[in-house]
Amino acid sequence: MEQSTIAPQDESALVAAFEARIAAGESIEPKDWMPERYRKQLVRMMSQHAHSEVVGMLPEGNWITRAPSLRRKMSLIAKVQDEAGHGLYIYCGTETLGVDRQELIEQLVDGRAKYSSIFNYPTLSWADMGVIGWLVDGAAIVNQTILAKTSYGPYARAMVRICKEENFHKRQGYEICATLARGTPAQREMLQDAVNRFWWPALMMFGPSDTDSPNSAELLKWRVKRKTNDELRQRFVNLTVPQAIAIGITLPDPDLAFNEATGNWEFGEIDWTEFFQVIGGEGPCNRERLAARREAHDEGAWVREAAAAHAAKQQRSGTQAA
Amino acid sequence: MATDQELDETHEDSAAAETSAALDVAPYNVAGSRGPAFGDPLFEYLLRLGDDRLVLGHRLSEWCGHGPILEEDIAVANFALDLIGQANMFLGLAGQVEGQGRDADALAFFRDNTRFRNALLVELPRGDFGFTMVRQFLFDAFSVVQLDALASCGHAELAAVAAKSLKEDKYHLRHSSEWVVRLGDGTEESHRRVQEALNALWRYTGELFERDAIDAGVEAHGIVFDHDAAKARWDAIVHDVLQRATLEVPQVKLMASGGRRGRHTEHLGHLLSVMQSVARAHPGASW
Amino acid sequence: MSASDSTMRYEGDVSADGLVVTGKTQWPLWEVFTQAGKGAPHEHAGSVHATDAEHAMQNARDVYTRRGEAVSLWVVPASAIVASAPGDAGPFFDPGNDKAYRHPHFYKVPQGVRVF
Repeated sequence: MEQSTIAPQDESALVAAFEARIAAGESIEPKDWMPERYRKQLVRMMSQHAHSEVVGMLPEGNWITRAPSLRRKMSLIAKVQDEAGHGLYIYCGTETLGVDRQELIEQLVDGRAKYSSIFNYPTLSWADMGVIGWLVDGAAIVNQTILAKTSYGPYARAMVRICKEENFHKRQGYEICATLARGTPAQREMLQDAVNRFWWPALMMFGPSDTDSPNSAELLKWRVKRKTNDELRQRFVNLTVPQAIAIGITLPDPDLAFNEATGNWEFGEIDWTEFFQVIGGEGPCNRERLAARREAHDEGAWVREAAAAHAAKQQRSGTQAA
Repeated sequence: MATDQELDETHEDSAAAETSAALDVAPYNVAGSRGPAFGDPLFEYLLRLGDDRLVLGHRLSEWCGHGPILEEDIAVANFALDLIGQANMFLGLAGQVEGQGRDADALAFFRDNTRFRNALLVELPRGDFGFTMVRQFLFDAFSVVQLDALASCGHAELAAVAAKSLKEDKYHLRHSSEWVVRLGDGTEESHRRVQEALNALWRYTGELFERDAIDAGVEAHGIVFDHDAAKARWDAIVHDVLQRATLEVPQVKLMASGGRRGRHTEHLGHLLSVMQSVARAHPGASW
Repeated sequence: MSASDSTMRYEGDVSADGLVVTGKTQWPLWEVFTQAGKGAPHEHAGSVHATDAEHAMQNARDVYTRRGEAVSLWVVPASAIVASAPGDAGPFFDPGNDKAYRHPHFYKVPQGVRVF
């Protein structure tokens, strides 16, 4: 990178200029000078985001073959496919920072990278497809709408595209939930059970409280993040509770109550012990998820090699012919 | 053998005793037909079109999240979506023709495997990526030839669905052809894998061009499909790509057959038991 | 930047006959441009990895036109794109900022002329 050749006394001037640009709301582009910390934070955050999209294909992919109608099967395939696309867009964003996708995927399958804890929970019934769309995508959208204004140009542009495409994800999920809610008693029970399992993990998706989040301050200063984890979580709860009421489903939190003064739906304590266990690799499905990704990567190696070998052969014969 | 014979004899004795008692009830014609009874030819024909695509689309959808590279995950999902969409239209049309109130979902989720009319080729397990792509290529080449003919057939609704599907399948063929060439003429390992896949799959290609009473029956609806001409076009496409892929055309003693009459491999039952599990656990429910 | 450094050559272990044999081989990066409608300009949509032009075209089609976003596609090897350097921004682009006479609002139209 260019900055490695810059003398330390110039560095502080460059940082000052960089921070002034951020403060003025400018977006940072790949070739612009940036502090090494900014680049590292972006690579960390973007790769975690991309990994989450890719691992996120697995819990829902688990029900594609069992979707109960052709319409639902097609929506679910399209949704899981979008997640592959979103992973791809964000990996491409990291490539503008000098990190190959291949390198990041190897970090993931070696267990050296993090991804969203929510995907380490199992999907146990068809209702989970509705609840993941409604709650998990709902939470992701709250996060991503803000990220679309992030200071790094390629990340922001990927997020704009992703937000546009994800509009249907939450709606299809909520539609499944609403259909189950007015369905047979067995369908209602299936839905309530899925909500009970996914509600708290969905709240954990925003990450620990900012006071306990080591990266938050820096990310906020450089406008990589624009809102705190707690602000986003509260926004999600406020949006979601009325949707639960509308379909007559309960949320598994006896402390949930509306505060007239603040206009917020207040909620109970989040079990952060569970969160850190899952992030630390001890969630219900961490091993299965990584094993599935590793298998796809390893099983695909001969295919990727063959395509490269074929292209190299074509190149050589093209060169010889010329 | 001796034991078998003894068992047979015992069985025959008791059966004879029961038969003499049963003869008191009204006699019936015990001489049944050799083959399964076909329904309305047009209904059967549409089931064949729909089931090929439903079952292959299902197999492709099994790749979701497990592809060799993200770009290919997305491509394979596109094909699955196209094929299931086509199945939805063909089965929807079949339901209308049948006139018993069954829609595409009822036909997809509430028929047993012996009622399915897909070719055996599409129900085989997905195998590795090479197997999936070779199978896809063999089917795509057939489908393009088939839909091209049906797009101008005398049945307007069928022709419209075929024309729409043809566009999709032409792209599938382009994609799967390129992969067969890349893998066939890639590395030693990839060449070996796809040649093995081709050897395993070749015996399932004959069924695609079999002509039977159903094909004759739909000619009254203006649906005329020249199987020999189609086979010649398919051969030309397939041999050209296999040659570019440095793959050898396998020799087989006997082509497998039966799917069009509901005589499937054991794999289809397992595929359907997964596919239909949620729908059948909640009969009458809406989703 | 890796995006501009990535070349069309395959890096990795090379076997005796000069062909690549490593599973770590990263396919080259291509930039994708989509045209939203006839007559519209092609705009940058994103990137894909692919081994050759036809492969890149197919991957671009599958990744970036799933919702009917395009009527035409361009794919360009990322290594073939030459970009202006941020340091050149001043001399390159500032001189264009004060040439008001290149814009129509620089010129007055006599009062009373309503349609121009």
